[in-house]
Amino acid sequence: MSIAPAIACDNTPRGARLTLSGGWTIGAGATLERTAQAMLTKIDGARAAFIDLSEIEQMDTAGAWVIDRSRQALESRGVTAEVVGARPEHTILLREAHFRSTETPERVEHPTLTSLLADIGSSVFSAGADLVNGVGFLGRLVSILLTVLVRPRRWRWTSTFYHLESFALRGAPIILLINFLVGAIVAQQGIFQLARFNATPFTVDLIGILVLRELGVLLSSIMIAGRSGSAITAEIGAMKMREEIDALTVMALDPLEVLILPRVWALVLALPLLTFLADIAALAGGGCVAWIYGDIAPAVFIERLQDAIGLNTFAVGLIKAPFMALVIGLIAAVEGFAVAGSAESLGRQVTGSVVKSIFMVIVLDGLFAMFFAAVRY
Amino acid sequence: MIAPDEPVAASANNVVIRVRGLKVGFGDRLVMDGLDLDVYRGEVLGLVGASGAGKSVFTRSVLGLLPKQAGMIEVYGLDIDRLTMGERRRVERRWGVLFQQGALFSGLTVKQNIQAPMREHLDLSPRLRDELAMLKISLVGLPLDAANKYPAELSGGMIKRAALARALALDPDLLFLDEPTSGLDPIGAGDFDDLIATLQRTLGLTVFMVTHDLDSLYAICDRVAVLGQGRVSAVGPIAELLLSTDPWIHSYFHGKRGAGRETVFRLGAQGEAR
Repeated sequence: MSIAPAIACDNTPRGARLTLSGGWTIGAGATLERTAQAMLTKIDGARAAFIDLSEIEQMDTAGAWVIDRSRQALESRGVTAEVVGARPEHTILLREAHFRSTETPERVEHPTLTSLLADIGSSVFSAGADLVNGVGFLGRLVSILLTVLVRPRRWRWTSTFYHLESFALRGAPIILLINFLVGAIVAQQGIFQLARFNATPFTVDLIGILVLRELGVLLSSIMIAGRSGSAITAEIGAMKMREEIDALTVMALDPLEVLILPRVWALVLALPLLTFLADIAALAGGGCVAWIYGDIAPAVFIERLQDAIGLNTFAVGLIKAPFMALVIGLIAAVEGFAVAGSAESLGRQVTGSVVKSIFMVIVLDGLFAMFFAAVRY
Repeated sequence: MIAPDEPVAASANNVVIRVRGLKVGFGDRLVMDGLDLDVYRGEVLGLVGASGAGKSVFTRSVLGLLPKQAGMIEVYGLDIDRLTMGERRRVERRWGVLFQQGALFSGLTVKQNIQAPMREHLDLSPRLRDELAMLKISLVGLPLDAANKYPAELSGGMIKRAALARALALDPDLLFLDEPTSGLDPIGAGDFDDLIATLQRTLGLTVFMVTHDLDSLYAICDRVAVLGQGRVSAVGPIAELLLSTDPWIHSYFHGKRGAGRETVFRLGAQGEAR
């Protein structure tokens, strides 16, 4: 590294002579700034200053900038400041990097309260816009689905099965695992809490109804929103960033038909399948804990289960699954298309996609609960 | 147009980058096979070669982005394999790189992009950081109001200029340019050539430039290195390469696209001789 920048000052009858030496480069950092500022104090009230650059070893644009900045500051205080002894390359540098005002319009910042209120307003507005967008998107998707149904040759089987594999088959192990664990936890809590009322056998009813009606489908949907919804948003978003979506459009292909329909369709097929697996895994987990922890033998467990649940209990969970899948797919696609140019925006939309889908899945589950209660199913 | 500087004399301490026997490959396919090249202080060296000849691979291995299988790369006389962490950082601070697509950080404004290396490596006051960023922006010929724009809001030419400004942020002595004029219109590309030539003269830069642009080669390169079969098949001032009998080099400079420029270049040289 070069030596630090330094200044020597001696007063001559004609004015102060500032002799600059060392390396006036950006690498000197704060020292560079301080030394240049010191030029203003060192001249000690002289009316004229000569800035001697002949002993400078190295200079770059940053050095030239701070030297010229100090020179102009001297001039504005009524001191005639002149650069002497500059080598040709330094003269060029001083000319290219001479100090000038760099005022630019900053991005306008509003006061905190105003921006807080504006944020709330825009969030409400964007929530509304999301709903309108989503419904519009659903409409387009349905109309495309109808045209494809009329002309089945346009159906993209390869793509559909590819996504079905990645959503359902590749997602199955993790969904089996978490549902097995949740079934086990519910069984353990059921046995532990119900033991106080001597009602341990009702644990089987608890597991059966809770898992089949709610937990199986809910956990699978949340897992799929996190696993596949995010993947869809990221894929579509990256394709949007690299103009692949535009390329499809100018080839007279509808991105919705080529990209979204197979994915949404695969999701709608995958989620009921996964929900079925989830139900079985959770019952198995509950059965294991009931056997080991609650001394309920598997044969007894199965017998009680047959009494506790009907086909409708199982159907309630399964009916919900395709709707959950549709909501996840729609939100993922809308968010993917909303990605703008930057990496930051891709991250924001993927987060938005997962958060919104999980939220909507839970809201939808609540609506279904009210509906099934009303029709007594 | 600025005429190229006189080629710098080739003496040992004037070599900024020295590459010897470089071998780089993927799997068992060698892209670089025993490549030797010197880049001298203060020159503009253009690297040309067929598409897929490994120009980007070479640049990336000098920058340390690709591992090499054999050979030696020295930058400022330091073997880049035997650097301590501190030396490595110092070397990296002395070079600036302009990537082909700009590689601006998309979440930062142009000004923040330029300030990013200053912020990380140097202890500067916010005021000086702002001023220097604006200085670089005006040096590369961007309008000052581009400072607060995000890369997504810029045109292709502006992205190249902004990326050049970021490459210049730490006042490097060595500048790597990967196809600086690709994707620019001829006027923009000519301006960019002038800009690089001006910066190279005023800041005393050494410029290593990968390019396909024959105009750039004629206008600003002191020497041109030709990459072929995994090594440098020819290197020298463009006037020498025009006389080469190598079939690829001949068709590169004398082909349909090269011939017109060659005539202009010859006439210009004759004019200067008179």
